[in-house]
Amino acid sequence: MKQVTERPESSSEARSAAGAGPGPAGTQAHNGRTTGPGTAPAATGAATTKPSVDTPPVFEIEKLTVRYGGKLAVHDVSFDITEKRITALIGASGCGKSTFIRSLNRMNDLIPSATVEGSVRYHGQNLYASEVDAVQVRKRIGMVFQKPNPFPKSIYDNIAFGPRVLGMDGNMDEMVERALRRGALWDEVKDRLKTNAFGMSGGQQQRLCIARALATDPDVLLMDEPASALDPISTGHIEDLMFELKERYSIVIVTHNMQQAARVSDMTAFFTVVVDEASGHRHGEVVEYDETEKVFTNPSDERTEAYVTGRVG
Amino acid sequence: MSVAEAPAARAVVRGSSSGARLREILFPAALLLCIGFAMLTLVVLLVDVAVDGIPVLSGEFITGFPSQIFPERSGIQSALVGTLLLMAVCAVFIVPVGTATAIYLEEYADNNRWWNRLIEVNIQNLAAVPSIVYGILGLAFLVRGPLELGRVVLAGALTLGLLVLPVVIIVGREAIRAVPSSIREGSMALGATQWQTIWKQVLPGALPGIATGVILALSRAIGETAPLIVVGAASFARFNPNDLTSDPFSALPIQILAWVQDPQDEFRALAAGAILVLLFLLLLMNAGAIYLRNRFEQKW
Repeated sequence: MKQVTERPESSSEARSAAGAGPGPAGTQAHNGRTTGPGTAPAATGAATTKPSVDTPPVFEIEKLTVRYGGKLAVHDVSFDITEKRITALIGASGCGKSTFIRSLNRMNDLIPSATVEGSVRYHGQNLYASEVDAVQVRKRIGMVFQKPNPFPKSIYDNIAFGPRVLGMDGNMDEMVERALRRGALWDEVKDRLKTNAFGMSGGQQQRLCIARALATDPDVLLMDEPASALDPISTGHIEDLMFELKERYSIVIVTHNMQQAARVSDMTAFFTVVVDEASGHRHGEVVEYDETEKVFTNPSDERTEAYVTGRVG
Repeated sequence: MSVAEAPAARAVVRGSSSGARLREILFPAALLLCIGFAMLTLVVLLVDVAVDGIPVLSGEFITGFPSQIFPERSGIQSALVGTLLLMAVCAVFIVPVGTATAIYLEEYADNNRWWNRLIEVNIQNLAAVPSIVYGILGLAFLVRGPLELGRVVLAGALTLGLLVLPVVIIVGREAIRAVPSSIREGSMALGATQWQTIWKQVLPGALPGIATGVILALSRAIGETAPLIVVGAASFARFNPNDLTSDPFSALPIQILAWVQDPQDEFRALAAGAILVLLFLLLLMNAGAIYLRNRFEQKW
């Protein structure tokens, strides 16, 4: 499928991230694991990669590098995403957050020029191994996009689409109700399930998209700036919903909203834009990954501190 | 306030010169004149045809067969049946082929490959090829040549189909492109395959546009005369074709042409009547297209 135009950040990355060689980037190969000077010994090295969280990893990302048409977009990302936690990806525009999150369910496969190096292990299985089918990956790993994208069908059919294409067994009415309840939407729409989803408000549409993603029983939910197109009240609904959902699902969320990241997430990965001085091309790297509280109150990298305190970005 | 000040102040807001104001009036007037000319031509044409044609319209005119000797007993049944058959077979041909081509070009073709760009440029060019060239193609390859269908409905319908296929493909591609990529992504992210995404999301969303394109293509085909003459449609068919592959056939434009060329006024009146029937079919199809567009068009 060739027209994937709505890639808020990645298209600019594709244009700007060309040719950044291993030069300066190579020296920062393990940014995700390094810590700045003056950090307590307990937080260095492996401790940053696997912070003190009691649940096992759902994703183990190792040296992930994504290119668009040979141009570097995300370079050498390594960290683990823990189960049943909310992991926020923050950073300035063009730092590769969207590209990164789309590599977790192989949505980047839809862009013919995208190439991925390194590995993303999902419950131990490398998603980029040759025998893995991207369609099977997306069955298990749901995704919600920046702009609500309900199908031009009834609310019921929007939810039922996933279970139908996956050939899931069971009572469809019950599956739809369960998904809508998980999406905290059931009480609002139970009397108009057969009406077109386009008649809903933007916030309802986004919760419908969340419920739709949950209908196929994934265990991970990827959210690419799910609230950036919504008003504060709808955003509040989405955030409340995320708290409820993390009991059952691992959630990864890209957000530009610092307060939102601080409010909802347990873990935070800070991405930054690295400019190749020779060519001027820009790509994204992970500077810091840690518990959210630490990233926001006592970051180990000064770039993180500058960003979360609002001095840059 | 002094007296001298007032006119200067007024001059500021008086603004445009009389010449500019005149242009403001003349320009839309000229536009209106152009529209009026086009409309007037159309109205004169329609009125002229209606005046000649309405008197001959009757049940017998529709059910009768053409005669070269008795204008009062002449009718258009064989031509009308021929035209309807041509349209039906043509639609059966262009809907799957046109839609499939549009899907391939929009959803699968990688534009970085030269052959895909070649196909695309060719389709654009084919849309502009004169219809008589398609007629010659039909004569060489369908009527004679490798397929040897003969001068039958199937050959005529396929010729007309080839003629309007570029229109179906181009309109179909536009309809498919109008389905936002966020819909495709949403579907794929749920674990749907590309086939399921196209079949269950893209095509339903594009269907009203595709159907409109098919109808518009057919309404171009229904009036085509030249290619049908070349593939050998009969000017005076005294019976309807029994099937698509053996009997000679006629069509309304062919019948109209035959009657218009007749020196007798009575036959020329028959041509006007047949034109009215053809216009009615045309308006019916275009109305169908407009209805489809308004009723089912998806607002994204």
